[in-house]
Amino acid sequence: METDWSVVIDYMPALLAGAKTTIYITVLGLVGGLLLGTIAGLMRAYGGSVLNAIAFAYIELIRGTPIVVQVMFLYFALPVLADIRIDPMSAAVLAIVVNAGAYIAEIVRGAFLSIGKGLSEAGLAIGLPHWKVLLYIVGPLAFRRLIPPLGNQFIVSLKDTSLFIVIGVGELTRTGQEIMASNFRAVEIWSAVAVIYLIMTGSLTLVLRTIERRMKIL
Amino acid sequence: MSIIQFRQTSKHFGALKVLDRVDLTIDEGEVVVLIGPSGSGKSTLLRCINGLETITGGDLIVDGLSVKGGARQLREIRQEAGMVFQQFNLFPQLTALENVAFGPRKVRGLSRAEAQETAIDLLDKVGLAEKANHYPAELSGGQQQRVAIARALAVKPKVMLFDEPTSALDPELKQEVLNVMRRLAAEGMTMVVVTHEMAFAKQVGTRLIFMEHGKIAVDGNPREVIDTPPNARLKDFLQHVE
Ligand SMILES: Nc1ncnc2c1ncn2[C@@H]1O[C@H](COP(=O)(O)OP(=O)(O)OP(=O)(O)O)[C@@H](O)[C@H]1O
Ligand SMILES: [Mg+2]
Repeated sequence: METDWSVVIDYMPALLAGAKTTIYITVLGLVGGLLLGTIAGLMRAYGGSVLNAIAFAYIELIRGTPIVVQVMFLYFALPVLADIRIDPMSAAVLAIVVNAGAYIAEIVRGAFLSIGKGLSEAGLAIGLPHWKVLLYIVGPLAFRRLIPPLGNQFIVSLKDTSLFIVIGVGELTRTGQEIMASNFRAVEIWSAVAVIYLIMTGSLTLVLRTIERRMKIL
Repeated sequence: MSIIQFRQTSKHFGALKVLDRVDLTIDEGEVVVLIGPSGSGKSTLLRCINGLETITGGDLIVDGLSVKGGARQLREIRQEAGMVFQQFNLFPQLTALENVAFGPRKVRGLSRAEAQETAIDLLDKVGLAEKANHYPAELSGGQQQRVAIARALAVKPKVMLFDEPTSALDPELKQEVLNVMRRLAAEGMTMVVVTHEMAFAKQVGTRLIFMEHGKIAVDGNPREVIDTPPNARLKDFLQHVE
């Protein structure tokens, strides 16, 4: 068997365009997922029984089903059910938002509840309203504990975008597949794809390590 | 002038009755020392005053306001009744100075400069001016507790509530905290103190309350009550504490 690594160079522009799409879906999806996850996590931790139940149902629904099924549902079933048509790209971003949101919700809830009750009481005892206690005291402490598990979730979500091959989004894995279909250079192309994923996840890890080192866990 | 009034106040945790129709009036300037066996309801009584526990029966008036008057009224009460905890509970991400300036700034709405000035004065008062820029983790237990006292005072309360402020401290560190409390009492601060420091109770207390099973069993002058306990269980308890 002979390999010809020059094909990697030939197809690099196409692969990088795929990687760009992967990054685009991941970043947009995680921004939305962070927002949704924070809200759902705080609803779980501090909401009354109704808010808590809503967040709980959402989290269980998402964690209990595969992300491929979720994106298929968004892309193929939603148009039938609600007459909403969305393009593959929006379906992909939305799938990450909804999926990462559920996992981030549990991370946020855990981090907030891990901050000792005594600190909240000290805040309340000087006359702060509850929301200010969360914003100024518990929040900043919880944030520090959030970073390691959040980093994990970011990497999982980045890799999950490869599953959107099923709805034909031109991200990195899909691009690799298309190149393969035209030249059958499996070793070269899939090696290149793997290395590009590693570079992306590696950079993410590096950024998170730096943030972590800057912030002491208290 | 009364500042705290328990009126047939009860507190239940589920089926467990922790405060049983307590009647108690505390006047301005009093230093009330609260003692009693573990589980008798001392902490709960203290925490009902600033609404960290919600009373389940009767009423409780603090500085003219009922603790049952809703969230906003409760925040007003909390500004008038500062609390010091056994475990200090300083905000670990803030320096000593920031801990003390936090209340004036976020609760009383002072400017940053004004809040800092208040904080520096108070740290000086508890003898920790030179530790202003240290984080809680860099301070001894006694120093942390003195910062915690300054933090509570910074909101300018009319009453100070202490829940076993020296129990978590080594013997040699207890005195520096007790000295701050002595000075506070000498300035006329109204104080309610849960403690097992009987020397402090005799020297500083104007009133001693012995609690048992959620009720006030003995209420009297500290010296008299400690030297000649009016009931056998208090006598027993005092022997245990010594
Ligand atoms: N949040 C709670 N939920 C259920 N029971 C509680 C709660 N807080 C206190 N209790 C119970 O109420 C009773 C009185 O507790 P409290 O803390 O007031 O006692 P204490 O006199 O301060 O005791 P100690 O000297 O051990 O601090 C105890 O039986 C305790 O187990
Ligand atoms: Mg107690």
